[in-house]
Amino acid sequence: MSLTTAHSVVAPSANSKRIAGAIVVGYALISIVPLLWIFATSFKTPPDSIAYPPKIVFQPSLEGYCNLFTTRTRQTPEYINSLGPATGLCDETVRKRNMVIAGPSNFLPRFVNSLIIAFGSTFCAVFLGTLSAYGFSRFKVPLADDLLFFILSTRFMPPIAVAIPIYLMYREIGLSDTALGMILLYTAVNVSLAVWLLKGFIDEIPREYEEAAMIDGYTRLQAFWRTVLPQATTGIAATAIFCLIFAWNEYAFAALLTSGTAQTAPPFIPTIIGEGGQDWPAVAAGTTIFLVPILVFTILLRKQLLRGITFGAVRK
Amino acid sequence: MAEIRVQNLRKAFGEFVAVQDSNFVVEDGEFFVMLGPSGCGKTTTLRMIAGLELPTGGKILLGGEDVTMRRARERDIAFVFQLFALYPHMNVRKNIGFPLLAQGMASAEIRARVEETAKLLRIDHLLDRSVSGLAGGDRQRVALGRAIVRRPKCFLMDEPLGTLDTEFRDLMVHELRELHNRIHATTVYVTHDQMEAMSMADKIAVMNHGVIEQFGSPREIYDRPATMFVADFIGSPPMNFLRFGGGLARGAKEIVVQGAKVTVPEVREDVAPADMALGIRPEHIRFDDASKLRGAIYGTEYLGTTQIVAVETADGVIKARVPAGIHLTPGEQVGLALSSARLSLFEKGTGRAVRTAMHDQAAEARHG
Repeated sequence: MSLTTAHSVVAPSANSKRIAGAIVVGYALISIVPLLWIFATSFKTPPDSIAYPPKIVFQPSLEGYCNLFTTRTRQTPEYINSLGPATGLCDETVRKRNMVIAGPSNFLPRFVNSLIIAFGSTFCAVFLGTLSAYGFSRFKVPLADDLLFFILSTRFMPPIAVAIPIYLMYREIGLSDTALGMILLYTAVNVSLAVWLLKGFIDEIPREYEEAAMIDGYTRLQAFWRTVLPQATTGIAATAIFCLIFAWNEYAFAALLTSGTAQTAPPFIPTIIGEGGQDWPAVAAGTTIFLVPILVFTILLRKQLLRGITFGAVRK
Repeated sequence: MAEIRVQNLRKAFGEFVAVQDSNFVVEDGEFFVMLGPSGCGKTTTLRMIAGLELPTGGKILLGGEDVTMRRARERDIAFVFQLFALYPHMNVRKNIGFPLLAQGMASAEIRARVEETAKLLRIDHLLDRSVSGLAGGDRQRVALGRAIVRRPKCFLMDEPLGTLDTEFRDLMVHELRELHNRIHATTVYVTHDQMEAMSMADKIAVMNHGVIEQFGSPREIYDRPATMFVADFIGSPPMNFLRFGGGLARGAKEIVVQGAKVTVPEVREDVAPADMALGIRPEHIRFDDASKLRGAIYGTEYLGTTQIVAVETADGVIKARVPAGIHLTPGEQVGLALSSARLSLFEKGTGRAVRTAMHDQAAEARHG
């Protein structure tokens, strides 16, 4: 009797590979269609965007982007004709709708707010998270388990439950509607995630590395900086992405605590709808631009992100 | 280089005492091995010498200087870890030069020193390689390089060959000893492998349950084990024990084991009646039909030049190492003759060896 078998027990068969592939492709399509829809809508004209049946093929237009970045006033055709030739593409586009550009919209400052607050809070959360995770991982911290549970428990409550007390507190101490206030808030929320994720990563780095460095003449901080940090970059990158995604997408706190100068993009984008009819292309344009930073960041760090999701599953 | 003096060293983790009142001196340039089963406190002792753990009590002197509570980086020692702890984000050259960088040495000098060290270890061709691609033996050499590049007061090694394949391990045992012979660095080496200990050490400390059971040269430890634990731990197969009762009087030269009279080295102390054990190394047993000490062949293990024969006696199985040429069949009755001059006597309760002429002769040989 021969001991060779037709196929390996461990390797998946061709059929199961095909099924797995179909599921992945199907899931990818389902997840990507809304994104494609938003992307397409951002290049439609307002009538095209609400046409029924929906237009798959359409004449692309930059009207959505023009409307997103500008505020406009309605004028009589006579007045518009009395103006000189259009000064740019957007000017020309809005004139067709009997409007003139009155000035820049708030989108750009809101978008910049989002960048400052999201990246700022991510940096703070990862910085504090790395240091605390290292501490929890390497030192005998009294009540370490209880402290870690307490840190985790700060995430148990839905944001909306603490939003009102925080709102009152922030108004009292002057942090309401400031970028600093939002950075502190998102840092506080994210630091729990950062500590837990990073503790897992740092636990995996053998402490012999720092011990070797400390014996070789380095202080603990130098040893941490030169031997632990370089090896924790994967974990730090994964943690940073998770923190950034949270801070970037956060809506509830932002809607309640920011209204003017520190408002971020998520609460701002819905307000575009209201002015002069439902301007879906402008909303879609805002959403598209809003997606870009996180998309770039995620693509750049996708390997680390994957490792962040599966960490602990496979031991080195 | 410097001598290491450990005085009444003690370490407790809460209720658990990892090291109990250890005392030993590693002389300048000596290769000292701490040997014992896992959990015996040998690594803890080493880590205290390194400054990675602080002792609960006692003193550590490095070259006459009290360093008990000093930080690791202030002790001027080098440590080789079991997992080597080579930094994966640096190449071989940077790994070896890392300790020199801490001293703020100029980069040209670091370069020269690293190259000199690499040449000594025959890894100069690997200097610009990444450490992740290296074979086990080369990783070991890089770890050694990082230790010797700084020319520290002493080297501490924590089972540095533990993760290597058998093939590399034999090679590295040889290389380590050769390296030691060339640079004469005071070395403390921790292992649970008696073969490594026997083949490399100038001095061995055998530890068990946080206590140093015996401190001495490999020969002393093998020939004159101080306790039954040492006798059992060293040697493969380990020393055989045969029970006998009654006390011993100073000057006694004979004991009775299983009804047979056995001549032993002259007893040099009085021992109150208690359970005793006669310790016999497997190679000190011959088959002799005239002997009254009898047993039945139980099984044999052929090793080429010798064979290990298990013999069932009235007091359990004992193992003898005899020439491979003797033909034996299981069940066969044999008489066991013991090499009288090489026998050890133990108090069973404490496990302590009884002082005999064997110890005195050794002491005379050492001093005379």
